[in-house]
Amino acid sequence: MADVALRASGLYKRFGGLSAVADVSIDVHVGEIHAVIGPNGAGKSTLINLLSGELLANGGAIMLGAADITRLPPDRRARHGLGRAYQKTTIFQEFTVHENVRLAAQARSPKPLRMFGQAAADAGVRDMAAQAIARVGLAAQAQTVASVLSHGEQRQLEIAMVLATDPRIILLDEPLAGMGQAESRDIINLISSLKAGRAVLLVEHDMDAVFELADRLTVMHNGRVIAVGTPHEVRTHPAVRAAYLGDHGDAA
Amino acid sequence: MRNWLVPAALVACAIALPFAAPTYYVQFVSKAFIMGILAMGLNLAVGHGGMVSLCHAAFFGLAGYILALLSPGYDAASLLLTLPAAMAAAAIAALVIGALALRTRGVYFIMVTLAFGEMLFFLFHDTGIAGGSDGAYVNAKPEIAIAGYRLLDLASPAAFYFVVLAFLIATIAVLTMLVRSPFGHALAAARDNERRARSLGFPIYRLRLIAFVISGAIAGLAGYFAAAQFGFVAPQMLGWHLSATVLVMVLIGGLRSVTGPLIGALVLIGLEEVLKASTDYWKLAEGLIVIAIVLALLGGVRQLWPMIFGARPDAPPSRRAASPVAEGHNG
Amino acid sequence: MDLVTFGVQLLNAVQYGMVLFLVASGLTLVFGILGVINLAHGAFYMLGAYLAYWIAAYTGSFWIAMVAGVAIAFVVGLVLESVFIRRLYGRDHLVQVLLSFGLILVIDEVREILFGKDVHSVAPPAWLAGSIQLTDNLSYPVYRLAICGFCMIVAALIFLVITRTKIGMIVRAGAENREMTRVLGIRFDVVNRYVFAVGIALAALGGIVIAPISTVFPGMGDGMLILSFVVVVLGGIGSVAGAAVGALLIGLTDTFGKVFFPSVSSILIYVLMAMVLLWRPNGILGRREV
Repeated sequence: MADVALRASGLYKRFGGLSAVADVSIDVHVGEIHAVIGPNGAGKSTLINLLSGELLANGGAIMLGAADITRLPPDRRARHGLGRAYQKTTIFQEFTVHENVRLAAQARSPKPLRMFGQAAADAGVRDMAAQAIARVGLAAQAQTVASVLSHGEQRQLEIAMVLATDPRIILLDEPLAGMGQAESRDIINLISSLKAGRAVLLVEHDMDAVFELADRLTVMHNGRVIAVGTPHEVRTHPAVRAAYLGDHGDAA
Repeated sequence: MRNWLVPAALVACAIALPFAAPTYYVQFVSKAFIMGILAMGLNLAVGHGGMVSLCHAAFFGLAGYILALLSPGYDAASLLLTLPAAMAAAAIAALVIGALALRTRGVYFIMVTLAFGEMLFFLFHDTGIAGGSDGAYVNAKPEIAIAGYRLLDLASPAAFYFVVLAFLIATIAVLTMLVRSPFGHALAAARDNERRARSLGFPIYRLRLIAFVISGAIAGLAGYFAAAQFGFVAPQMLGWHLSATVLVMVLIGGLRSVTGPLIGALVLIGLEEVLKASTDYWKLAEGLIVIAIVLALLGGVRQLWPMIFGARPDAPPSRRAASPVAEGHNG
Repeated sequence: MDLVTFGVQLLNAVQYGMVLFLVASGLTLVFGILGVINLAHGAFYMLGAYLAYWIAAYTGSFWIAMVAGVAIAFVVGLVLESVFIRRLYGRDHLVQVLLSFGLILVIDEVREILFGKDVHSVAPPAWLAGSIQLTDNLSYPVYRLAICGFCMIVAALIFLVITRTKIGMIVRAGAENREMTRVLGIRFDVVNRYVFAVGIALAALGGIVIAPISTVFPGMGDGMLILSFVVVVLGGIGSVAGAAVGALLIGLTDTFGKVFFPSVSSILIYVLMAMVLLWRPNGILGRREV
């Protein structure tokens, strides 16, 4: 199989006495979209926060390629090649699309905190940003202030920012939440194009989209992994049907 | 062309001042410029970095004390030696206080900076260093001398004024460069959305600490010249009332611009001068004016502020400058 | 240090800590519930002490001074909340800092107009004025013991109100979940107004009870403000129990610091604060954020 971009093994996260994530292992390969699904409260959000570094695990290990990132803070993980797009749109509302993406590209540039010269003048960073903006189809809105973009466009911008950091793995947290049919279509196409040359970990509630996009799935229930496999394997897995898909018969 | 015309005219006026105005006003403007340097330095932390610091007076006063302590009796100290030493001391204090305070956020940060600032105040107030609560004199103004020949003697008010003016312009240049640099943009990003900035890979703590230290060093620059001008240092120089007063200057001038706080300093110091001359209860009046300014800003004058006091359109990503809504109001 | 001296110092530490707690609990309540950082808190401590001096001088009764002083502070708190403070809810901390700084300037000057800037002292109530003879040459003022007892009663009342009453539930819910209280249909504006007034009254009360053992002087508010901040940083913001822990820690550190390390005693509490910041940046009883 292709090389492993991200491998988490035996992750635990407890809040007080409650285990939000228990003994979760997952690997995401370059060139694949790996979806994590599960009912509400299954621990998906906690898992993604553990992987991105916003929460630190109580146990287990996370490897990004050959690097052990288990104890690293989010910014160090990002510099190791982990990119995250957020569930709630958390771009810089007051900046233009270009400035948002330019900042993302700057974060990954060799000297992200350079004190000399104008930020806007760095050609390498600017090109990287322009490419990412074009890639998600926002070129026409590059000079628009982020806060006036439509909901779908803000999601595109989120993804452009992640792309501009040139990550080896992208964590996508419910990229389709709150979107209409037509908008969803564009984002689904965009997501399916992301896996070329990198790994994508997708957390999403829209089951149609998940089964269309995912190469492999991990199913979580009550903080534990109950099944891993291809969409077909997962669809027919008895534990999954019992725990989760029973009331989503149309998706299964 | 108009871009440089206004600043050039202002600099020309500033250079002409000592030739046109009485010494009192030259000294007064020197003092206002020194406070302007302090306010602009503070604003790097507050406006650009989102760190509301209440300990910058401590950096300001510390640098002043360094000059007092390094001044040899009744002779003049060497500016080339004592100024870097004073700024370095302020920077080191900012590094230590910032390293601790930046482990916290928001209101904690304010309280921690206030407390550590007061610690420095008590250090000079309660111990025998440089006269304790009585303060100490800087008997002779610093000079630049080579082999006994004085190149520059700050004892002349005009010479002092020009040196301060030069450092004022240098401060504006350095801050403008910083704010427009990748560093400045990252700092603004961390201010507006810390979590997102971190997830992009910006080391927020280091970023803010660097900004805080630079900001503290600039406060030290101002404190050095303040001590040189007054010829006297006292613990009150480090007290947090001064920090808060400078924050008022920053708020008047506009948080997102480089030179706004300078204007704020000129306005507030001019105001104080007028109030002191006209009423015994000038502090009461100043307090009421501060409250009025804050309430006015809360009431929506805030949108007008940058238009009056110039948040520059080429300044880094700024709420007002970038907002098409605000532009809509203009047009 | 023999046992009796140690005991005396310990009493001093507790008494100092309890007064600190009174003042700091007001500050932490106001921040925890209103989300407002009030730099003028120390000014009300100072004002309380001056009111105690002034009213006691006119009436000759410390008790009248105490009741009237607290009542005046409470009313001033109600007025200030409805005129100024309520405009600060949900605003930048910077704006809150500067508005309360403006209030400090005004209060300081009003104090100077009303009371001047002289240093005053206040006599404790006659029946508390004596001392208890501990050993042949060591005695302890009854008034200090009374402060300990009084502050403990007030502290117990605060805890009772917060943990046992409906108002306390609102207060806790407000501190922990503003949205929830809104859903419950609680009159936030009314709660806020009284919480602020109580906070101010606690600061003034601290100033009143301290007046007979300390001197009443213009700068006393500033020092107390800083100490209250250190208490809140140590204990964890919004936590009344944290304020109690922080206040006692400072009482102990300061009192025994003066005994054992007199030359550096004034910076010891800041060293303590630095250590707590390194250990638990959100305070000893503060919520841990990840």
